[in-house]
Amino acid sequence: MSAAAVHTRTIYTWEVRKLAAQKRTYIGLACALLVPLIFIVSLLADDGSPEGVPFADTVRETGLTIPLVGLFFGAFWFFPLVTALVAGDIVAAEDGHGTLKTILTRSADRWQIFVAKVLAALTYSFGALVLFVLVSTVLGGIFWGFDPLVSLSGTEISMGRSLLLVGGATLAYALPIFAVTSIAILLSTTTKNSAAAVVTTLMLSLIMQLLGIVSALDFLRPYLLPQQFNAWQGLLREPIDWGPIVRAAWVSALYGIPCLAWAFAHFLRRDVTGG
Amino acid sequence: MTAAIEARGLVKRYGELTAVDHVDLTVRSGDVYGYLGPNGAGKTTSLRMLLGLIRPDEGSAKLFGHDPLVEGARALDGVAGFVEAPRFYPYLSARKNLELVAALDGGDAKDRIEDALETVDLTGRQHDKVRGYSHGMKQRLGIAGALLRDPRLLLLDEPTTGLDPAGMRDMRALVHRLAEDGLTVLLSSHLMSEVEDLCDRVAIVTRGRVVYEGALDELIATTAGRYDVRTTDDAEAALIARRARGIRGVTVSRAGLSLEGDETAVAHLTLDLAQAGIGLRALVPRTATLEELFFRMTEGSADAEAPALVPA
Ligand SMILES: Nc1ncnc2c1ncn2[C@@H]1O[C@H](COP(=O)(O)OP(=O)(O)OP(=O)(O)O)[C@@H](O)[C@H]1O
Ligand SMILES: [Mg+2]
Repeated sequence: MSAAAVHTRTIYTWEVRKLAAQKRTYIGLACALLVPLIFIVSLLADDGSPEGVPFADTVRETGLTIPLVGLFFGAFWFFPLVTALVAGDIVAAEDGHGTLKTILTRSADRWQIFVAKVLAALTYSFGALVLFVLVSTVLGGIFWGFDPLVSLSGTEISMGRSLLLVGGATLAYALPIFAVTSIAILLSTTTKNSAAAVVTTLMLSLIMQLLGIVSALDFLRPYLLPQQFNAWQGLLREPIDWGPIVRAAWVSALYGIPCLAWAFAHFLRRDVTGG
Repeated sequence: MTAAIEARGLVKRYGELTAVDHVDLTVRSGDVYGYLGPNGAGKTTSLRMLLGLIRPDEGSAKLFGHDPLVEGARALDGVAGFVEAPRFYPYLSARKNLELVAALDGGDAKDRIEDALETVDLTGRQHDKVRGYSHGMKQRLGIAGALLRDPRLLLLDEPTTGLDPAGMRDMRALVHRLAEDGLTVLLSSHLMSEVEDLCDRVAIVTRGRVVYEGALDELIATTAGRYDVRTTDDAEAALIARRARGIRGVTVSRAGLSLEGDETAVAHLTLDLAQAGIGLRALVPRTATLEELFFRMTEGSADAEAPALVPA
């Protein structure tokens, strides 16, 4: 029995299995399914009046707008919440169940457990995002047709390119999701309390949105996370505006990586008591 | 040969409180070692440091020569056990929990799941969620989890706590069997009888300090020769006992007499009592309770003046 015999991949697989065995995981995924459905139902019921659903007219042009509109609205609280729900729990749940001592007295090193947890949380966050986009695209296409998108600059985009852009938008969206996941993992690790970690992550996200609408703080906005959730819109310009996406990448990394590093250092050194 | 456990100068402080205060511990391979102390003595805290779960403020701990703080999980090769109650994922079945920890052990740990379940008698309930397990079942599952590692050293923290009499008996029988198979065991307990049952060496800790360390036989020898006596006339019996040769430390309480002496002296005393027309109701050789041992250990020499026994 040697420590090297345990692959981080094996631990990761079990972290994912643990997620798959917990209800909270499915709450997030169910929401990722339900929210597009609700949005679509409300569009179908929309009578086209000025107080109606925003973007209703654009959406009726092509179903491919549905995922994009979903991403736009999802940035306010939906994606931060779904992400925090699992990432905020992933370490704290072990404290809650007292199971850290169980897994830390086997042949896996602490760093391996931590890395496996981060990867599992990211798998879930990105999984929920992809599910959301897929469901919205398919349902949108079914109800309003798979017609090409119109760029934000007003030009027609070919069908193939439209689909590619929806995929690209999803990837760009994954950047701030990585940042939110990392923040939630840090809070999960340091607070050891699942509810506190989830709520605090959500609060931070809302506070950043508030800071973003204070006009005196305009200079801050490009460096806050909510702005990064809109970076994908650069893809829909003709020609593509990479600026916001590049910024989303480094701003998200600037939030995410220090959080993960801090959480990692904390997890490696912390005393495991309780349970 | 390196010691199974070698702890030197372990200290752990929580604020003002020193939970573990310069503990040295040497457990040789093959020992069944009792780590005995009352609630709050620092037993669990010591075990946590041995397993690398918490960082000592001072000192170091080595298992078969490897320090878990330095070498990580590798230092736990051949080591298994748990502190306080074993914990598992409530939303997974016992079987899945064992599969999970076996995966974290690597090697052939998963091939031992069947046997381990069998050993702790949980085969029939293996597919039930741990959420629905009773305390005793979880305790047994903890042992099964430890056995998956095919350990050479087993660290058990009060494994019989909260078990019913049958559960206690089974748990002790299991530890006994494992010890016979050559496993080194460190068993923390606050039950003298348990330690007497299973262990050959003991350390007694109180308020974070080791106050006695040595062979169990020697410890018990220091407490031998004390008897509780109840008679038809305790007051008169006490007078006779105080005059009797070879009898010392006579005290009287409502519960009867307590005295010290070797077997011959005590046998003579019973004859003296009979001659005086005093009947014996009970003559009980007394093994010291843990509390008495602490008293002796903390108040100094055991053989000099016998300490007055504090009625419980
Ligand atoms: N995480 C902690 N934070 C603060 N104090 C602690 C912590 N862990 C232990 N202590 C204190 O350290 C002392 C020793 O505790 P420990 O759990 O090691 O005792 P124990 O010998 O295992 O007792 P028991 O027989 O009740 O299990 C106690 O006074 C306890 O309150
Ligand atoms: Mg304890």
